[in-house]
Amino acid sequence: MRYDYVIIGNSAGGIGCIEAIRELDEASSVAIIAAEKYHAYSRALIPYYLDGKIELDKIYYRPPDFYEKMDVDAYLGVKAVGIDVSSREVLLENGGRIGFGKLLIATGGRPFIPPIEGLSGQKNVFTFLKLDDAIGVKEAISGAGSAIVLGGGIIGLMVAEVLRRKSIEVTVVELADRVLAPVVDATTSNLVQEKFAENGVKIILQNTITKVVGEEEVEKVILKDGSELPTDLLILAVGVRPNTEVAKNTPIKVNRGIVVNKHMETSVEGIYACGDCAEIYDFVFGANRVLPLWPTAYVGGRVAGFNMCGRRREYTYATSMNAMHFFDLYIVSAGLNVPNDSDEFEILCTLDERRRIYRKFALKDGQIAGFILAGRVDRAGILLKLMREGVNVSEFKDRLLKEDFGYVDLPEEIRWELLGDKVKLGVVYEYEHGGHGRAACEGRCEGHEA
Amino acid sequence: MRRIVVKPEVCMNCHLCEVWCVVAHSKSKDIIKAFLYEERKPLPRLIVEESRPESFALQCKHCDEPDCIFACISGALYKDEEGRVLHDESKCVACYSCIMACPYGAIKINPLTGKILKCDLCVDLGFPPCVEKCPNNALEYVEVEIGAEES
Ligand SMILES: Cc1cc2nc3c(=O)[nH]c(=O)nc-3n(C[C@H](O)[C@H](O)[C@H](O)COP(=O)(O)OP(=O)(O)OC[C@H]3O[C@@H](n4cnc5c(N)ncnc54)[C@H](O)[C@@H]3O)c2cc1C
Repeated sequence: MRYDYVIIGNSAGGIGCIEAIRELDEASSVAIIAAEKYHAYSRALIPYYLDGKIELDKIYYRPPDFYEKMDVDAYLGVKAVGIDVSSREVLLENGGRIGFGKLLIATGGRPFIPPIEGLSGQKNVFTFLKLDDAIGVKEAISGAGSAIVLGGGIIGLMVAEVLRRKSIEVTVVELADRVLAPVVDATTSNLVQEKFAENGVKIILQNTITKVVGEEEVEKVILKDGSELPTDLLILAVGVRPNTEVAKNTPIKVNRGIVVNKHMETSVEGIYACGDCAEIYDFVFGANRVLPLWPTAYVGGRVAGFNMCGRRREYTYATSMNAMHFFDLYIVSAGLNVPNDSDEFEILCTLDERRRIYRKFALKDGQIAGFILAGRVDRAGILLKLMREGVNVSEFKDRLLKEDFGYVDLPEEIRWELLGDKVKLGVVYEYEHGGHGRAACEGRCEGHEA
Repeated sequence: MRRIVVKPEVCMNCHLCEVWCVVAHSKSKDIIKAFLYEERKPLPRLIVEESRPESFALQCKHCDEPDCIFACISGALYKDEEGRVLHDESKCVACYSCIMACPYGAIKINPLTGKILKCDLCVDLGFPPCVEKCPNNALEYVEVEIGAEES
């Protein structure tokens, strides 16, 4: 088989690409290949599924007839093992080959499994990246009284919260001196740690698991400091690595992730990559890096799709951005994660300890380089917009700390430049009878005779 | 496709747009019943930005390139055939990725459900009451070309 467009990976990036292609081109042939057997689902929803907040039918990211509507051949449960760049074919594990005109690699991430003595596929040990993982954990928790989560990152903490809600005694083991260290500052980590402590989750910092004991099942773990913890369940959530296997032994340039330019094209013409498997330009960071996030995967796939169809588009506004929540504490962080004692950045922050509301901005040359909102995240997107547009905020920077910061807090000129005629009426109407033009009200208003 | 725009210079900060938004999304669609008797009175899906003497109403712009949809991890946000950005509440998991993404800050949190609230252009009513009922014609419902913007 040969298709005009082939996509490896059936998640945010792959779907973003299909939707973009079909906006521009209804006629070309499109195929999607995915190792997982499921209809496009959101892996970001697996904690909600485990929690019981959603049923399985709500985990699907697009309606059941998505592939038919999009006129896409879906090869689900089919693993790609390589790419023949000269014959322009994807090599499948089952021995098959699928030819392509243009290709998108959106194979996502794979869990990093740290070297731990004694780990040998015990059946109560899980990673937490796929729907199958969530289904496995769901089965394993019935009857479980205790669990250990290795890794205090977003995924580890989300799992810990859910398990705790299932009345399981949960211990999180984290190597750093605080949770979420790569994504938020120390003040925010503290708020999160307090939240977990209050809800009865134990967090052990600056420690890790060196050994597990148990044959069929892990019965206890031994930590670096020599202490031993018995457990019914072990979740490994120490990190996700770009899944770049299919690009092995090809001329496609791979650094930590598959390297792409702003058009999402790899070093091989006509082959694109996006999402967790790729390294893209972060406009705040000022260089390429892996940004393993749902929105960047989707938009990356979308931009790739446009370019694959010959419509030139660049992805210029990617940067780190996380919306997360733990128990009732909501957090949004974006851009660079800067410590509060930085000399390089100007730091503005305010913490309401009683209400646990925190706002923090890191400025460089008057522009927002990073921000964190915790406790109240209302209208966070305005801040992301200011960051993307490189607005010099010096003139009104103190207002950024207002909990209800809005467009009205911006100087008029900046405000209307940002909002533009999508918000403000740009056209001058003839005011016939003290009202608006007929076009706007279709003659429905009283002043307009039919 | 049509979009609601504002004339800030004539907005009187009366908040009637909010009132009529509530009525439009209420069960009874009746202003008295909605405010006095409906147990779970809906919340306005727009924001009135105000800092005396300035004010203007701001609601979802139903963008051509909607960052909220791109960021939505559940598929709850979607575009309908006419280009409106709509929200399927039954799919929303209250992750607030859309709140992080919306450059207008036009998506609100419903404190009753924790889920989000956004302008739906009153799809069922045909014409948005916030525009229709604005006493000073500070809101307009204008025709826009789909696909005119680029991200
Ligand atoms: C528990 C959890 C919660 C998360 N929460 C959030 C969140 O709230 N917000 C956020 O921004 N991000 C979140 N993320 C991250 C987000 O889910 C990812 O960034 C996003 O899924 C990346 O999409 P992707 O398209 O790059 O690839 P993935 O979602 O990783 O999907 C990869 C696809 O490729 C397929 N595939 C892989 N290898 C092969 C192969 N060899 N052959 C064929 N097919 C293959 C897979 O089957 C899959 O379909 C979360 C992740 C997890 C695990």
